[in-house]
Amino acid sequence: MADHRNQPSALAIWLGIADNTFTRQKTVKFGDASAVNSGRLWSIVTVVVLIVAWWIATVGGILDPIYWPPLDGSLYPWDNPNRARPGVVDRFVSLMVEGYRNVPLWEHIWTSVKRVLLGVCFGALVGIPLGFAMGLNSVARGLLDPVVEFIRPIPPLALIPLVILWLGIDEVAKTFLLFLAALFIMLIAARAGVNSVRISKVHAAYSLGASRTQVLRHVILPNALPEIFTGLRTSMGVCWGTLVAAELVAADQGVGSMMMIAKNFLQTDVVVIGIIIIGAIGFAIEMLMRVLEGWLIPWKGKG
Amino acid sequence: MDGLSIDDVSMVFTLPNGGEVHALEDVSLHLKPGELMAVLGPSGCGKTTLLNIIAGFLAPTSGQALLNGRLVTGPHKERGMVFQQGALFEWMTVAENVSFGPRMGGAPRPEIAEKVEHLLGIVALREFADKPVYQLSGGMQQRVALARCLANDPDVILMDEPLGALDALTREKMQGLVLKLWKETGRTIILITHSVEEALFLGERLVVMAPRPGRIHKEYTLPFADQGVDGDAREIKVQPEFISTREEILSMIWEMEEEIMGGGEAG
Repeated sequence: MADHRNQPSALAIWLGIADNTFTRQKTVKFGDASAVNSGRLWSIVTVVVLIVAWWIATVGGILDPIYWPPLDGSLYPWDNPNRARPGVVDRFVSLMVEGYRNVPLWEHIWTSVKRVLLGVCFGALVGIPLGFAMGLNSVARGLLDPVVEFIRPIPPLALIPLVILWLGIDEVAKTFLLFLAALFIMLIAARAGVNSVRISKVHAAYSLGASRTQVLRHVILPNALPEIFTGLRTSMGVCWGTLVAAELVAADQGVGSMMMIAKNFLQTDVVVIGIIIIGAIGFAIEMLMRVLEGWLIPWKGKG
Repeated sequence: MDGLSIDDVSMVFTLPNGGEVHALEDVSLHLKPGELMAVLGPSGCGKTTLLNIIAGFLAPTSGQALLNGRLVTGPHKERGMVFQQGALFEWMTVAENVSFGPRMGGAPRPEIAEKVEHLLGIVALREFADKPVYQLSGGMQQRVALARCLANDPDVILMDEPLGALDALTREKMQGLVLKLWKETGRTIILITHSVEEALFLGERLVVMAPRPGRIHKEYTLPFADQGVDGDAREIKVQPEFISTREEILSMIWEMEEEIMGGGEAG
């Protein structure tokens, strides 16, 4: 009984308040996750309500900036004693222009991102060959298995005290901690990648005259790339989380350290900005990895 | 001796619980160069095991496989293999898949290019040369697999249910292609299949295997493959002789299946 004269508008479909043409044909909707609309309108409502509430609270002068910063300092009522204090928006602008404690904001961010990239790179450089060795060779598997299985369940944060004792709190210590966090994720991903190869592909390659090295280079390695990439994505996420925590413990630069110092001065606005930046960068890393994945390994899941 | 010889091959798999499975018992066969043999049998009759032994992926418990007098000890490009599906390299294009063997063997580039061009022409995939294989349909993928195998000029082509995953129409078309390639290249082909009709139509020789232990039950020499090279497949498949042989083999396999089921219930 499709009524073609009464199609919902494209806008209504985009907002998730009307069924798209395909979903409209379905009679069973409860229990079919693909028939649940995005409800994007309500996402917009959530964000707008949160910002408006923040704005009202600021204008009404009911925010205590020690617990939650105002949206913008200029929005304070005239007679409020906090008038002179900045809000999140003007603090963000000043962080961008003047920096925090003489270090520009972008440098705090770049310090943190650089540490993550270094840790993941070193972790991948060591972890991938070791994972391959474990998947291909029984001596390597036997040698590494106890270490991997023992360290795997330990959260990287639990290693911070030991790393500080060994290497202090400088740049090397942080990179090393992230290296450890990435190492085991990459090792396990590479091992899983080797194990995932379909035996008929390996057999086909040998039957076509490939040598062992050629099978490794042209079959096992490309076959493992999707798993390795998933490992990279996971270790980026884990390292980002670990790093911020590590910076909270000890550091003089980086987003985490900026927040920790700000806390000591009751600069809640800086703390909140830090939280927003951490979330935004974590999200950006995930999105970037997804784009890279689609671009570099388009065959993923199509074997 | 020229050709492929299977001499008294037995294969016993030992299970983790100590039990034994006799996958093959005293199987002997000889194929002259250029013969096309279809192997048929109920599941568990050891036909894939036999193929894996010839390919060199498995070492028999006793007996041996010889190609042109040389003992089979492992995989070699003289024995090419076409798998059911999923054995293409999905990270490569169609052309890269087809050229894999010659590239690994270090053949000169112009020679490889020429060979790929020629083979893709035979399997009618020339315009798909630069497409990734995962964008192709199942039938096209199997044509790539055939071309990839042929690119190495193997003496023997082993086919492990190469058409098993295709729909009925594509399958019939592919049967014609297999016959055409067999005639044009003159290779020895062993083809494993579950389909009695396919075995009858493609097999110049047809071996029916029986399970527990896996062994050769009956062998046929058939005229249909030769007719099929130039003839019309539909006409061949309705010949009285084709139909009567098909029914004979079908009831043979049914009997074996029933024996297995009966044995299973008793055990």
